[in-house]
Amino acid sequence: MLRRSFISRAALGCAAAVALFGLGLGATARAEERFITVASTTSTEDSGLFKALLPTFTAKAGIAVRVVAKGTGQAIDLAKRGDADVLFVHHKPSEDKFVAEGFAAERKPVMYNDFVIVGPAKDPAGVKGSTDVADALGKIAAAKAPFVSRGDDSGTHKAELSLWKTANLDPAKAEGGWYKAIGQGMGPTLNTAAALEGYALADRGTWLNFKNRGGLAVLVEGDKRLFNQYGVMLVSPAKFPHVKAKDGQSFVDWLVSADGQKAIADYQIDGQSLFFPNANEPGV
Amino acid sequence: MQDFTQALATALQMIVTLDDGLTRIVGLSLRVSLTAVLAATLIGLPLGAAVAALRFPGRRGLSVLLNTLMGLPPVVVGLVVFLLLSRSGPFGVLGLLFTPTAMIVAQTVLIVPIVASLARQTVEDLLVEYDDLLRVTGAGPLDTLTTLLSEARWSLLTTVLAGFGRASAEVGAVMIVGGNIEHATRVMTTAIALETSKGDLPTALGLGMVLMTLSLLVNFVASLLREAAKR
Repeated sequence: MLRRSFISRAALGCAAAVALFGLGLGATARAEERFITVASTTSTEDSGLFKALLPTFTAKAGIAVRVVAKGTGQAIDLAKRGDADVLFVHHKPSEDKFVAEGFAAERKPVMYNDFVIVGPAKDPAGVKGSTDVADALGKIAAAKAPFVSRGDDSGTHKAELSLWKTANLDPAKAEGGWYKAIGQGMGPTLNTAAALEGYALADRGTWLNFKNRGGLAVLVEGDKRLFNQYGVMLVSPAKFPHVKAKDGQSFVDWLVSADGQKAIADYQIDGQSLFFPNANEPGV
Repeated sequence: MQDFTQALATALQMIVTLDDGLTRIVGLSLRVSLTAVLAATLIGLPLGAAVAALRFPGRRGLSVLLNTLMGLPPVVVGLVVFLLLSRSGPFGVLGLLFTPTAMIVAQTVLIVPIVASLARQTVEDLLVEYDDLLRVTGAGPLDTLTTLLSEARWSLLTTVLAGFGRASAEVGAVMIVGGNIEHATRVMTTAIALETSKGDLPTALGLGMVLMTLSLLVNFVASLLREAAKR
């Protein structure tokens, strides 16, 4: 009853099944690897900074860095639950609150970049070349031009909201549907702005690395209020005993060390730096 | 149109050069989804058969519940499993968050209802033939389930493949509980989400094509097995 064709076909089928599964088993991350978990933002990930920076640290310290990249709000939530060893975000008020509430012993500034307003080439709001972000936002609101907001409680979103405040505007009360809060990261926000031919606030790092620009270009830049500072904190081992304090502190120390700062400065796209190290600058 | 041709070219290049990053991501995707399917099958098939063939209190309620849970949104499953496995959650001490194990757990939860509901339907249809025989021979509950599942095994293969399809295609659950960490918990679907985020749409689409090819391979192997067994 068992014909040769059955055996050979069954064997082929089983072999293929085993091969597929074996491929899966063989290619997994080693569970015994020494690593820390860093909760960070989409801007550090999507800009390609971590891809450039982390191998240097791992080669030096022998510690792998596992980055969970969400918006600042979610990253802070993760750290408050004790699900991360290190927090690396860009909203100083939230970071100071994190330290004040005892979730970290201290905050260290690491680097900065700037925000820019990107928009369509035809620029219906007429903001191209402006260096006054409050004025530019006012023009966009007046023209009811489509503006895509992160809307996700991220560092960029919080910065955007405070910029609307300096222009004495409240986009939440905007009528006409031109203000679109999509509740997603920088990449999806830019994808949406490109598709809608609208404006958006972006961090320069993500923008430089972004490949689906459509007709978008940088229209507003250089205003001092667009300055975007990043800070790093070790999650408090006093609050969460399981935190990898020693390895986490190694990473924090490396980021602000001469080596780490140089590695940050060296990350460039088309000869342009995306992030500027400033760990030694006072008052940031 | 240019995006699609570029995507196809990217996909072919990744496959032909056996791109290292791609191999790792594909390997992890298979490991997570196949393990979840195995676990869900071990739980779901007996569960579905029991609801179809055995009499116990709450049977109809369980059947309705399983049908309803087939529509569980993956992102909700991810969120619930995240809250359970978070260090601040009840199972935090296990330290499973952001590991492939957490992803397997989430996907298993997601596909047990599908496997169980479809198995229930298959076994119910089979019972039309087998009910009298089982009753006459006085088969106990364990024998009943074993007989029915064994008889239906090749029909149940489709059920298992449906489960695999759902698991390998979802992104919501594994994104939340896995964290899409490079070299650790990045799978095909989360990689596609990331490339889309970076605006690299041709690469994202290319990865999508690779994922579909993988799915095709798995289903092809399953059909080979089925064909071989039927001879």
